[in-house]
Amino acid sequence: MSSNGRSGSADPIDRLRKDDATPEAPTAPALKAVGGVAGWLDDRTGAAKPVGYLMKKVFPEHWSFMLGEVAMYSMIICLLSGTFLTFWFVPSAGQVVYDGSYLPLRGITMSEAFRSTVDISFDIRGGLLIRQIHHWAALMFIVALSVHMLRVFFTGAFRKPREINWVIGCILSMLALVEGFAGYSLPDDLLSGTGLRAAEGFMRSVPVLGSYLSFALFDGPFPGEAIIPRLFSIHVLLLPAILVGLFTAHIGLVFVHKHTQFPGPGRTNDNVVGFPVMPVYAAKAGGFFFIVFGVISLISGLVTINPIWAYGPYDPSPVTAGSQPDWYMGFADGALRLLPGWLEFTAFGFTFSFNVMIGAILLIPVMYGLMAVYPFLERWVTGDTREHHLLDRPRNNPTRTGLGMAALTAYGVLMFAAGNDLMAIKLHLSINDITHILRAAFFIAPPLVFWVTKRICLSLQRKDRDLVLHGRETGRIIRTADGKFFEQHEPLDEFTRWNLVQHDPHEVLTLERATDEHGVVSPTARKDKARSALSRFYFSDSINPVTPAELAAAHHDGHGHESIGAIEASDDETRPALESARREPPKRP
Amino acid sequence: MNALAARRRHPAAIALLLLLGLILTGVAYSTFAPKQADAATAAASSVEEGKKLFLANCATCHGLQAQGTKAGPALPGVGAAAVDFQMGTGRMPMAAPNVQAPRADEVRFTQEQISAVAAYIASLAPGPAVPDAEYTTGEGGDVALGAELFRVNCAMCHNFAGSGGALTRGKYAPALRDIEGKHIYEAMVTGPQSMPVFNDDNISPEAKNDIVAYLHEVDKQENVGGMALGNLGPVSEGLFVWIFGLGIMVGFAVWLGRKAA
Repeated sequence: MSSNGRSGSADPIDRLRKDDATPEAPTAPALKAVGGVAGWLDDRTGAAKPVGYLMKKVFPEHWSFMLGEVAMYSMIICLLSGTFLTFWFVPSAGQVVYDGSYLPLRGITMSEAFRSTVDISFDIRGGLLIRQIHHWAALMFIVALSVHMLRVFFTGAFRKPREINWVIGCILSMLALVEGFAGYSLPDDLLSGTGLRAAEGFMRSVPVLGSYLSFALFDGPFPGEAIIPRLFSIHVLLLPAILVGLFTAHIGLVFVHKHTQFPGPGRTNDNVVGFPVMPVYAAKAGGFFFIVFGVISLISGLVTINPIWAYGPYDPSPVTAGSQPDWYMGFADGALRLLPGWLEFTAFGFTFSFNVMIGAILLIPVMYGLMAVYPFLERWVTGDTREHHLLDRPRNNPTRTGLGMAALTAYGVLMFAAGNDLMAIKLHLSINDITHILRAAFFIAPPLVFWVTKRICLSLQRKDRDLVLHGRETGRIIRTADGKFFEQHEPLDEFTRWNLVQHDPHEVLTLERATDEHGVVSPTARKDKARSALSRFYFSDSINPVTPAELAAAHHDGHGHESIGAIEASDDETRPALESARREPPKRP
Repeated sequence: MNALAARRRHPAAIALLLLLGLILTGVAYSTFAPKQADAATAAASSVEEGKKLFLANCATCHGLQAQGTKAGPALPGVGAAAVDFQMGTGRMPMAAPNVQAPRADEVRFTQEQISAVAAYIASLAPGPAVPDAEYTTGEGGDVALGAELFRVNCAMCHNFAGSGGALTRGKYAPALRDIEGKHIYEAMVTGPQSMPVFNDDNISPEAKNDIVAYLHEVDKQENVGGMALGNLGPVSEGLFVWIFGLGIMVGFAVWLGRKAA
């Protein structure tokens, strides 16, 4: 690309620039070598432009923006450690007699998959550590990804133009569950075999198709010999490829959209305030990768995960108490534990097991479906078609925050239900009582949490308004000459104030007339009605930020007891700036 | 005092106050909590002595002829093994009516007294005797076979590592750590509380010895993979990764975010 500019030396325009000084080449030999290599590469790949673009990308600074990074690094750690494990893991259900170095399993018949996992744990140098790194990193991956999703949701980062990226994230998250479950099922220990047995039951609960599905996947009746090699291909080939592909798209879109930022003085919808990738974020993110790797390695070195030698090889007859899936499948397991038995019934000579199917088959797609649809729903309700690069403080959208907390509560109830047996023995409670309470909580707690969260958000917004209008309570009591007492309030500085007044006010969408002047009913009348009802649900009690006019009024006569000289003077200084404050953010000093 | 007053609005003040409250409550509780009374009784070794002990300590619930009442089951036919297990593990006499007799750290009777009561109960009707020491030590048992038998017969309630598990309505299968081989064996033969009986036709005495050997192996096994988190399976692992894994990561992220570029 760069050579094109110089090639046309006969071009008349070049005469105008014949006096230009040729830039001096860098003199340091090391720099020259680097430049040479870079130039060589650029000539052949044209990489300079895109790489330069990426390196100059500016990222804002906030700890919560690094949650996605934790997920990304955990995934990379999984890929690295997983590759190591494939060197020794034998994905086969072929039966062998164990003769390795772990005495309590000697002479037991087991599958080759289980034997090779035990060998990795006891006979391969560093194998157990890598296995534990792989498993802990997988758990950490989904924890970080989930918390990252929560951050995106509660700050409204999914709004235009990021809806597609939110949907990609939802798919990534759902596939991560499947990938995790496939990995959990591979070692063929008692726990993973029990998990597969449960999965087989889930498939069979699908009306009409169930037994065909299960036969197709297991290549015959459970357990069969096909499932382990099949899951292996899915776990190491298919899903990682899709995950990495989607992840690349995910992060690519972050570069295209630019990263969102929290509101603050000088931060607008059209800029990104932060540091460039090179050199700041390259160093920070690179360092953070090693921190994440270090922490996961430390945990893996200190804490056992999935002690397959203790579970023993899978055999369809035994089951262990405390058979649970890894945490990320806990909500589905909990739903199974909560669903009442009467949902299974017989009709037309067939058994319909909705007690299993609702929790095991329907829940996951329904949950992720709702999550993926939410940005579009909110956009429809608000009628907001603008781009948003500034994040919402969660309190400034009370209904969204409330809905999110309600959903999180429902999820939490299901997840806790998966541990009902352990709660029963550790807390000396009756498992029946726990189950009944959680069943009720699944329906009662989310609306309650919604209401409480919304109230808290509204109160926080009122507090913000109060702070802006009346300033901070200093705790200093002043007695005037004529014996009046009052507490002195200190007005906020304009940088602090900016954060409290910068957001957009919410308005309820009003219903356009359902009939036109001729009395003809508008074709969209029903939709409009639903939309304005939802809009009322979202925003009818919303509290809007203080306007400059309100602020000015408050400072003039809002609080007579404070109108003493000193404060009045400081108010006068700030007021002119505030007239335009709602439009123009103050510049950092 | 002034310095303290100035910091009363410090963010950590509430946490400190809570901590102080908790510590005070805990100390006050441990000072005033009622201590257990010692129920020492005279030593005896005959059926007659056993009957006396029974009348003094057990008859309230099990009836004067051990015929059983609403509060406790009839005992003829349970055998000496049942008495030895229940009293030897401190389950009996029960401190209070409950869904299930919990194992107590403190055994209230000497082995001689327990044997006396066992002899008395055994004299009422035949039942499983206290097992031969040959099969209860676990010595010479096949650990691998014992592990397999344990997984097939016991793990569904007691968990794969003998960590215990929940049963219905507050009942539970207790954890099987550090239990005398004799008591493991007796539990299998007598089926205390919710446990089924595993007689010699189900599991031969040699196989029971293998199970004892396996459980003793679990007791002394060092955790090769690090902390075992109670050997409770994925729930404790999930809790760990949420609290410590995420906690540490967020801590580092906050620290790194604070670092000015």
